Amino acid sequence: MKDMTLNLLVWRQKNANSSGEMVSYTVNGVSSDMSFLEMLDKLNEDLIRREENPIEFDNDCREGICGMCSLVINGVAHGPKQATATCELHMREFEDGDTITVEPWRSNAFPVIQDLVVDRSAFDRIITSAGYVSLYVGEAPDANAVLVSKNSAERAMDAATCIGCGACVAACPNASASLFVGAKVAHLALLPQGQIEGKKRVVEMVKQMDEEGFGDCSNHGECEAVCPKAISISHIALMRKEYLKAILIPEDS
Amino acid sequence: MAFETKVPSGPLTEKWGKHKFDMKLVSPGNKRNFTVLVVGTGLAGASAAASLSELGYHVKSFCIQDSPRRAHSIAAQGGINAAKNYHNDGDSMWRLFYDTLKGGDYRSREANVYRLAQVSANIIDQCAAQGVPFSREYGGHLANRSFGGAQVSRTFYCRGQTGQQLLLGAYGSLMRQVNAGDISIFPRREMLDLVTVDDKARGIVVRNLITGQIESYAGDAVLLATGGYGNAYYLSTNAMNSNATAIWRCYKRGALFANPCFAQIHPTCIPISGNHQSKLTLMSEGLRNDGRIWVPENKDDKRLPNDIPEGERDYYLEKKYPSFGNLVPRDVASRNSKAVCDAGRGVGETGLAVYLDFAGTIEHIGVETVREKYGNLFDMYERITGENAYESPMRIYPAVHYTMGGLWVDYNLMSTIPGLHVLGEANFSDHGANRLGASALMQGLADGYFIIPSTIGDYIAGTELPEITTEHPAFKDAEAEIHGKVEKLLSIKGERTVKEFHQEIGRILWDYVGMSREEVGLERAIREIRELREEFWENVKVGGDQDMLNKNLEFAGRVADYMELGELMALDALNRRESCGAHFREESQTPEGEALRNDEDYSYVSTWGHMGEGKAPSYSQEFLSFENVDLTQRSYK
Repeated sequence: MKDMTLNLLVWRQKNANSSGEMVSYTVNGVSSDMSFLEMLDKLNEDLIRREENPIEFDNDCREGICGMCSLVINGVAHGPKQATATCELHMREFEDGDTITVEPWRSNAFPVIQDLVVDRSAFDRIITSAGYVSLYVGEAPDANAVLVSKNSAERAMDAATCIGCGACVAACPNASASLFVGAKVAHLALLPQGQIEGKKRVVEMVKQMDEEGFGDCSNHGECEAVCPKAISISHIALMRKEYLKAILIPEDS
Repeated sequence: MAFETKVPSGPLTEKWGKHKFDMKLVSPGNKRNFTVLVVGTGLAGASAAASLSELGYHVKSFCIQDSPRRAHSIAAQGGINAAKNYHNDGDSMWRLFYDTLKGGDYRSREANVYRLAQVSANIIDQCAAQGVPFSREYGGHLANRSFGGAQVSRTFYCRGQTGQQLLLGAYGSLMRQVNAGDISIFPRREMLDLVTVDDKARGIVVRNLITGQIESYAGDAVLLATGGYGNAYYLSTNAMNSNATAIWRCYKRGALFANPCFAQIHPTCIPISGNHQSKLTLMSEGLRNDGRIWVPENKDDKRLPNDIPEGERDYYLEKKYPSFGNLVPRDVASRNSKAVCDAGRGVGETGLAVYLDFAGTIEHIGVETVREKYGNLFDMYERITGENAYESPMRIYPAVHYTMGGLWVDYNLMSTIPGLHVLGEANFSDHGANRLGASALMQGLADGYFIIPSTIGDYIAGTELPEITTEHPAFKDAEAEIHGKVEKLLSIKGERTVKEFHQEIGRILWDYVGMSREEVGLERAIREIRELREEFWENVKVGGDQDMLNKNLEFAGRVADYMELGELMALDALNRRESCGAHFREESQTPEGEALRNDEDYSYVSTWGHMGEGKAPSYSQEFLSFENVDLTQRSYK
């Protein structure tokens, strides 16, 4: 276990309407066993004791599954460790004396609310548009009545593992939400339960993504590189295939 | 306070069916005239909001996170139980009922538990139809695994992310209703009070966590699905935002609190690494299917685990409980871990850990199969500890995980405040003194998808509900009270931070109301909590301002509530002079050191009522009668 002193450059912004700035802080006594957010907790405790406003950042489960945490750390969404959300990043990835920059997700569709906290409700609206199977509670057949091949179930799960954190958008030079949308489209397109509404779903979700102001995908692959669940960009290809099918051969009428 | 359980008469297997028929209905056209406020969007809250909206009720759905998809049900790993008997291994509704009742050490209601087993199979059907990607066998059928406290395979799962997938399914159903215009969602809101008019729950007051504004919402019924109170212990596997404030404020408005001392301490969590730790991470119980738990035979054996020969390892669970082995229920596994560590045979830097070893399984089924089954958990372990569990055993230790206690509810899931319904972990209902693994997801979804949609109609149809608005003085009074409390918290400007107080109340509860409890310690806990609470209101230092996003202020309110709830937990533990399930009283154990129940004197649910600030709470009992099972001393040998 190491005891480190770090220099932090953190984005501070009072509210959505004010302009922000990078503010420099020194944090002492950082253990290499701490998580990155525990290091920020420590800084916040120092700030509260000094009667300064603590730094606001979203977080909840702190085990990489709820998708609430964000942070662009040294220019990389979720920081330097691959397939790891900020909340699971530990200080053993850093060295004593390091200077670390900490910024919010940057995208027009994710406006900053305060400090490092952004508004990701655009993702909820994309799901609201069609990201589900339509059924009423109580009308489902026996779960084994519809068989699903192991391969399809595993591939669907690879996509469904998305935590909706928005790192894909933050990392994309176009601020595209294609990996997020592609993952949901693929998850349901790979399962028989999702296929019936497949065409409507992909068209509605892509339309909503555009309306929210996310950019288009131009295959940079930055999204896959930062995704804490390592979701493959092949899901974007699958989304495009589904979209083309839906446009070229519209819903049976 | 008088209360009725409303458990229907008749044979156990027919109660729910009969009750569904006997309950009043609200006609389809009338449902749209009623508004239901649902607080929380975990499995119970999201499934309830979606189902009620599908039925035609207006629903307002509130959550503390930035999106309903992030509620802490998302972190549940291992699976969900259902009595499908797909594996032909002798499972049945009756067996699931029996296992759950026995696992809870006979401190839950027979009728509730049976109903849970009855609807369990429908839950799996519903979720599969939503497109939940359950793990499958090669033939395309659903796969099952085993969990603690059961000798059949009835746990359905999605790798190690079952809670995530079930919650995303419920969230999809919720958002579908948002799209239909039938649900309004209110994220980033924290419920701070319940509003009652004519003694009925008619609204809630929340803080808008972005603007800091206090907002009121009126409705015809309130559903609380706000989870458990494990974070009272400071360190737990709960999410940072999980808290007891909603249920506690309802308690202070008159809802009875049941069995507050029943807190589950989960045996397989990643051990504490230092004082900086903000939360603990669970390693799914599913791992106990294939992992073997051991410690060195000899005290102070500092060799690396792989250097300790087979003959010098103590597989203490397998040895002590040959028929259940590593799959004993959680309370039993946790107490045994504590015992070997207390005896100086714990491992790792702190000595507060035991090994969970996969070497045998890896040799037997291959590293790839292990990776397929548990890969995400091994990865998570590596990210947190920096160690590779494919190469050397995991280190684990018990941590606070789930609270079986909660607001008291009747068979209809209604609290002692008419109109206030409580679902999921927030209520006390189905798990007795110990919850079995993979049963929390089952209960949350049972309550939300299948029980409340029937029972809420009975309440609404049978109740006079005159129209009210948030202009009613009851709302204004509650708002003023909250404003006063917030201002008070910000004005103290003392010397110790909210986090310091939280760590301190957590330490007291862990030391005295944790895995093992005794009279002297509990009395001491009550004294220490009172002193700490007094100090809090004179010496707390809260950062930030009121009219902004301010997490420190949010936490201050929650910690203030833990200081009151913690005392009630200790009081309840003191009062129950028997051991049962997770509640282990040193004074009540068998010669082998197992929990010794006292059915003659304690076969009841204890319920506590708020009688005013500074006054002792009221105390009463709901006596449990068992007509369908024989009460036996739990044995997993």
